[in-house]
Amino acid sequence: MERIPILKMGSFLLVTIQVDMHDQLAVTLQDDLTQKIVESGAKGVLIDISALDIVDSFIGRMLAGIAGMARILDADTVVVGMQPAVAITLVELGLSLDGIKTALNVDRGMALLRKTLNLSVDEDLEVAEADLESEDATDKG
Amino acid sequence: MQLIKGETVPIRAPNDIVIVRQKVRAWAIEIGFSIIEQTKIITAASELARNTLDYGGGGECELASVKNSLNKSGLQLSFVDQGPGIANLELALTDGYTSGGGLGMGLTGSRRLMNDFKIETEIGKGTRVTVIKWK
Repeated sequence: MERIPILKMGSFLLVTIQVDMHDQLAVTLQDDLTQKIVESGAKGVLIDISALDIVDSFIGRMLAGIAGMARILDADTVVVGMQPAVAITLVELGLSLDGIKTALNVDRGMALLRKTLNLSVDEDLEVAEADLESEDATDKG
Repeated sequence: MQLIKGETVPIRAPNDIVIVRQKVRAWAIEIGFSIIEQTKIITAASELARNTLDYGGGGECELASVKNSLNKSGLQLSFVDQGPGIANLELALTDGYTSGGGLGMGLTGSRRLMNDFKIETEIGKGTRVTVIKWK
C-alpha cells in the first residue's frame, strides 16, 4: 500500500508530502503519524508541503486534523514550505488554516519548534543520542 | 462563446478527484495560464469534484477550451451529477455552510477562485456547476 514516510530527526518527526493526496492516503498518514508520535515520544512534527502544488479544503482539514491529534499527544505541529501560489489560493478560497503553525522552510520550522518547546540544539541532539543508546540497549538485551 | 474542444472525465471514486486535477492542470497549462491562475483553477476543480462525489453521488467533469466574442481564451469546467439537487441554493452559497461534514468552503471558495460561476439544480434530478476562468 502507498504510504507517506515519516522520518525521525532528534526529538522531531518530519513528514514530506510529495504525492497527490487522496482520501485513503490522508487517513493512513494520520494513523501512522499518531502511532509514531506515541512510539518515539516526539515533541514536534514538521509537515513539509513544498512539493504540493495545491492545498484544497480537504487537505487543509487533514492538516488541521493532524495538528489537533498531535496536540492531544503532546506534540506541536508546524507546516512548512508552502508555495506562494498555494498561499494566495488558500486565502482566496477562504481557508485560514486557523490553529496551524507555519514556517517558510524546514530549518525555520525546526527553529520555531525548538523555541516553542524551549529546547536548545544540544538538548535536541541529546534526545537523539539517548534514543540511540536505548536502541543499543535493546539490541544487547 | 465558442467551444474549441472538450473532454469528459468521470468522477466515481475519491481517486478520480486526483485524475480531474491532473487533467485540469494539463488543460490550464495548454491554454497558457500562469502558475497562480493554474493553482486557483486546479483548487476550484478539486473542491467542485469533491462536491460532485460527496453530495451528488458521483458524476463527471466536462472540460472545455473556450473563446469569447473578443477572442479571449478561457477554460470552462462543468461538474455534473444526477444526485438529489440542492434544495436551498442561497444557503449552499453561504460561506461556512455545509450539509455534510465539510468546511463549507467548496462552492463559495471556488466561486471566488474563478471568473464565471453558474449553478443549475433541480430537486431529484441533479446539479450542474459551470465555472470559467478567462485568460
